[in-house]
Amino acid sequence: MEAVPQDCPGTSSAQAGRGASCQGCPNQRLCASGAGAAPDPAVEEIRAKMRTVKHKILVLSGKGGVGKSTFSAHLAHGLAEDESKQVALLDIDICGPSIPKMMGLEGEQVHQSGSGWSPVYVEENLGVMSVGFLLGSPDDAVIWRGPKKNGMIKQFLRDVDWGEIDYLIVDTPPGTSDEHLSIVQYLSAAHIDGAVIITTPQEVSLQDVRKEINFCHKVKLPIIGVVENMSGFICPKCKNESQIFPPTTGGAEVMCQDLKVPLLGKVPLDPQIGKSCDNGQSFLTEVPDSPATLAYRDIIQRIQDFCGLHSSKEEKLISC
Amino acid sequence: MWRRRPEVRLRLVPAAGEVLEWKRFRRTAPEPAVPRRAEGPRVRDARTSVCAPPGQAPPPTRVALLDIDICGPSIPKMMGLEGEQVHQSGSGWSPVYVEENLGVMSVGFLLGSPDDAVIWRGPKKNGMIKQFLRDVDWGEIDYLIVDTPPGTSDEHLSIVQYLSAAHIDGAVIITTPQEVSLQDVRKEINFCHKVKLPIIGVVENMSGFICPKCKNESQIFPPTTGGAEVMCQDLKVPLLGKVPLDPQIGKSCDNGQSFLTEVPDSPATLAYRDIIQRIQDFCGLHSSKEEKLISC
Repeated sequence: MEAVPQDCPGTSSAQAGRGASCQGCPNQRLCASGAGAAPDPAVEEIRAKMRTVKHKILVLSGKGGVGKSTFSAHLAHGLAEDESKQVALLDIDICGPSIPKMMGLEGEQVHQSGSGWSPVYVEENLGVMSVGFLLGSPDDAVIWRGPKKNGMIKQFLRDVDWGEIDYLIVDTPPGTSDEHLSIVQYLSAAHIDGAVIITTPQEVSLQDVRKEINFCHKVKLPIIGVVENMSGFICPKCKNESQIFPPTTGGAEVMCQDLKVPLLGKVPLDPQIGKSCDNGQSFLTEVPDSPATLAYRDIIQRIQDFCGLHSSKEEKLISC
Repeated sequence: MWRRRPEVRLRLVPAAGEVLEWKRFRRTAPEPAVPRRAEGPRVRDARTSVCAPPGQAPPPTRVALLDIDICGPSIPKMMGLEGEQVHQSGSGWSPVYVEENLGVMSVGFLLGSPDDAVIWRGPKKNGMIKQFLRDVDWGEIDYLIVDTPPGTSDEHLSIVQYLSAAHIDGAVIITTPQEVSLQDVRKEINFCHKVKLPIIGVVENMSGFICPKCKNESQIFPPTTGGAEVMCQDLKVPLLGKVPLDPQIGKSCDNGQSFLTEVPDSPATLAYRDIIQRIQDFCGLHSSKEEKLISC
C-alpha cells in the first residue's frame, strides 16, 4: 500500500475507501472491503521473529538534535563490551540515518541470504541495520512519505536475520508520527521493554519531551527513563562550567519529578563526543576518563538493571 | 489595527478512538471587536526600502511565521505566545500576532494543553498543512517564513507541492559543524535540487563557544571535515553565516523573547543580523528579476 493519495484517511479509518480523497486510489476497493482494518499479518510474523530477541529498547525524543543517535550508538557499544551479550542496533530514522557513520560502517552494504537480510557487524556481537546501508551514496535523500517508511520498518523487523540477541536497540527520528506508531504497532505482539527519552535541559526541548512521554502513556509503552544530554560544559582551559542550554525551568530533573518518570542521568557536553561520532568510534573507549563517559556508563547500567528486573518479573509470572 | 470579529475558537480535543480530532467550539456570545494582541516585548521592525510618500516613514515590513512542525511545535513558546488561541471569522483563521506586523500560526495554538502529543500519520499532517496554507487569513505580507521539522518527508513534500503554483523564493538550511549533521544537510540539499527548490544558503549554527570567564574559544561540535564552509564550497551553495553558541539564545527562546533585542551586542546577534540581511538581499534581487521578466 504505497501509492496513497495525500489526504488518505487511513486504512483503518471508518472512511477508508469511501472518502472523497479515495477516488482514483489503486487501493480503494481493498479499503472499502474492510481489508485495511484487518490486523496486519506482519505483526504475527514479527512476533515470531522477535522470539530470539530478549530485550527491546526504543530510544525516543520529542525534539531533533538532542543526541538520540549518539546515545543509541553508545548504548549499543556499552552493552556490547560484555562479549557474552549479543547486541543489535536498528536505525529507523529513514530520512536522516546517522547510525552507519557513527558506528564506522559507512559504505557497508546489506547482504541477503536464505534466512533473510544480514545485519552489518561492527563486532562479532554487535550488528547494525539502517536504510543508510541501502543507499547508492550517503548524500542520497530518502524522500518518502509515511506509508513507504512504514513498509521499510516492517521489512527491517520481519526480514532481517538478527539471530539470538540479548538487546535490540531501536534508534528513532524525532517526533510522534509514522515511524513511532509503526514500531510500536509492529512490535505490539512481541513486547517492548521500554523507551529511553533523550532531552537537553531547555524548556523548549522539555516541552516536546512531555509530548513524547504523553505518547508513551497513550500507546502503553513503559518508560525506562529520561536522559538529559548536553548538560553543562567545562571549559578545558579554566575549568569553569557553563550551562550552554540553560535549564530555565529546572531541566529534566524537575520535569521527571513532576511527571514521576525516572531521570537516568545527565551527560555533560564534551567536544570529543562529536569527534568520535564523526570518526565512527566509541567515545567510551576513546575517552574513558571523561565525565561524559562515566555518565553514559552509569546510565547504561541503570538500563540493564531495568531490563534485568523486568525479565525476573516475567519469569515469576510464568512460573506462578 | 484590528482584523475582523472573531466568531469561533478552534481547538483540538481527543475524541473516542483517536488521540486528537477536530472539534469546534461555538462561543456563547460574540466577542467585541478589540485589538487582539499577545503580551510580549516588541519585535524590532525590519524596515524595507518600500517607497513611501515624501516625509512619511516607510511602512513596517509585514512578516508571517508558519510552523509546520506538527509533532513538535516550538514556535508558540519561542515567540512568547504560549496559551494563545486561534480565532476564526468569515475571512478565515486569524494568525496570532506578536506585533501588529508579525503574525504566527502553529498547531501549538490548537492544543488543549502544551503537553498534548499530536500523534498523527503523514496524511493527517498533510491535511493540517493544507488548511494552514488555504484557510489562514494572512492578509498582505512581505515575508512568509515556514519553519519545518527535520527530514525530507511528508511535511516537506507537502509544503513544496502545495506552494508549487505560488512560488517559493528559496530555502535556508541550518546545520551544526559536525560531519554527522552535514551528512543530513547534503541530503536536504539533494532534496531541494530534486524538487527544484532554490537554495538561499546554509547557516552553520552552534559554531564555537567562548568561555565567559577566560574567553577561550571551544569547538563543542568540532568541524572534523571542515564544517559548513567546506561543504558549501564543494556543493557550490552559499554559506550565509556562522552563529556561535550563546547560552542567552536558549534563555531567550525559553522566555519567548527576541534574543536580538535582549542581547544586542552578542557576537551571535551580529551573526544573525548579517544573515538576515543577506536573506533580504536575496529576496530583493529575486523580486527585481521577476519584475524585469514581467515588464519584458
